[in-house]
Amino acid sequence: MTKSELIEQIAMKKTNLSIKQVESAVKLLLDHMTETLATGGRVEIRGFGSFSLHFREPRRGRNPKTGDSVQLDGKYVPHFKPGKELRDQVNGITES
Amino acid sequence: MGALTKAEMAEKLISELGLSKRDAKEMVEHFFGEIRECLRDNEQVKISGFGNFDLRDKRERPGRNPKTGEEIPISARRVVTFKAGQKLKARVESYKGE
Repeated sequence: MTKSELIEQIAMKKTNLSIKQVESAVKLLLDHMTETLATGGRVEIRGFGSFSLHFREPRRGRNPKTGDSVQLDGKYVPHFKPGKELRDQVNGITES
Repeated sequence: MGALTKAEMAEKLISELGLSKRDAKEMVEHFFGEIRECLRDNEQVKISGFGNFDLRDKRERPGRNPKTGEEIPISARRVVTFKAGQKLKARVESYKGE
């Protein structure tokens, strides 16, 4: 499923909203999550999972073209930890 | 700073798009619900600019109870992995820490 298919799926269920409104809403939700992570925050969605940042230590790397050694700064990378319900669901375990 | 939750995401939809409280809450529920349903049906979800949710099948492997040290196999299972997209990675990389 792609972002546009996700928008279509939601629009089929939220029939009182236009596809344009759903599209704007989905974009806003994604921007809100991105912005939160970009400022060092966490996103916690119960049942779905949480997004947070993991730190990557500075290291010596190599330019793959020239083979030169380069110093790489430490950086943050996004991380997702699936919630229990999602972990169970993908294994066919359903709770009701 | 507290974590971003569904309630705050709905608030944002109300303040920025003028959705009703009910529409905003349902919108957020559907957003995560549809992604979950898709993953449950063993289908990858690709959100351009944000990232991809993929599924991986793990074979059974040896494990240990960390409390007792007892050896117990970790059963074969399917897991969800998230690979951040270029845009999200770039936005996060510039964060310099507290």
